[in-house]
Amino acid sequence: MSDLSALDHNREAGFGDYVALLKPRVMSLVVFTAAVGLLVAPVGVHPYVAFTAILFIALGGGASGALNMWYDADIDAVMRRTKSRPVPSGRVAPSEALGLGLALSGISVLMLGLAANWFAAAFLAFTIFFYAVVYTMWLKRSTPQNIVIGGAAGAFPPMIGWAVATGGISVESVLMFLLIFLWTPPHFWALALFMNNDYTAAKVPMLTVTHGRRTTRAHILAYTLILAPFAVGTAFTSIGGPIYLAVSIVLNALFIRGGWKLWRRAESAAEADGYRAEKQVFRFSLLYLFLHFGALLAEAALRPWGLGGW
Amino acid sequence: MAFRPEHELHRRRFGRNLGLGLVLAAFVALVFGLTIVKITNLDHAEGAPPSVTHTTARVTG
Repeated sequence: MSDLSALDHNREAGFGDYVALLKPRVMSLVVFTAAVGLLVAPVGVHPYVAFTAILFIALGGGASGALNMWYDADIDAVMRRTKSRPVPSGRVAPSEALGLGLALSGISVLMLGLAANWFAAAFLAFTIFFYAVVYTMWLKRSTPQNIVIGGAAGAFPPMIGWAVATGGISVESVLMFLLIFLWTPPHFWALALFMNNDYTAAKVPMLTVTHGRRTTRAHILAYTLILAPFAVGTAFTSIGGPIYLAVSIVLNALFIRGGWKLWRRAESAAEADGYRAEKQVFRFSLLYLFLHFGALLAEAALRPWGLGGW
Repeated sequence: MAFRPEHELHRRRFGRNLGLGLVLAAFVALVFGLTIVKITNLDHAEGAPPSVTHTTARVTG
């Protein structure tokens, strides 16, 4: 027996566990939307600077993910979807997640400031603070509107990308923010409709738990209706164009139809088919966001050939 | 009690250490690249005004 016998357990963290703390799937959305925000901006950025800026924005997003996993370990432990995460499963100590989150927050903000500009860096710092403190520590456990206000944290990356290029904020970047901000509630509430038991067990005041499924269904429809004019309206700004307009009209019509279907649906019918429509709307919402930002990117890519934009 | 030359723990942590090493090496390379780009751009930015001034001086002179 050696001195190290105390450490000889099979659940020791591997490198992948530390990567998992950064929520790579959320990071991929951050990378994509921040890259679009940067690439559609009217000011050109050196490709290498753009690459590093997006990397550090993603790292900042990952840092806030680690801070979220540190603080929410108790909630994650009771939810089926999250109980195998590194902290609740015991592979990573909570203090390690906190340390990693804080260190990466500092590094990402500092490096974004040095690589791009200090306005973008301050914006990133605010986003990390908003997600870790305002959403995770405060709103998530206290109000059923947690998703609505907390969604702002996920909506800031395209604005940060825009700020990297321009050093400021504009109507276009605010509209990109609103696109994600207003999309978040119907996206997460569709998920909550078929994951309700998880949130009930964790005592997270999701709308489905506090106000019931009927109200949640009405809220999903309401948000798809509020979202549509902002999403379609972006087509008439300097970053929009006919391709985006066509894509946006089709996607919003389908999203509203999905919201309408969920609103009209009886709970018994949803239970009977295993929440098929709810899962469909959830999956479609991912496509909705991806194609909107993809269309913005297409407009920007075609502009040099005189094809993009109006 | 002393460590054996190659404890099982070392093998288990190899992947983790290798990952961290690669991340640190990538970070150094990234910062080096960024420095080169910044210096090159600075050279361009600083190079422009004197040549403009020079040309202007020649035209006016």
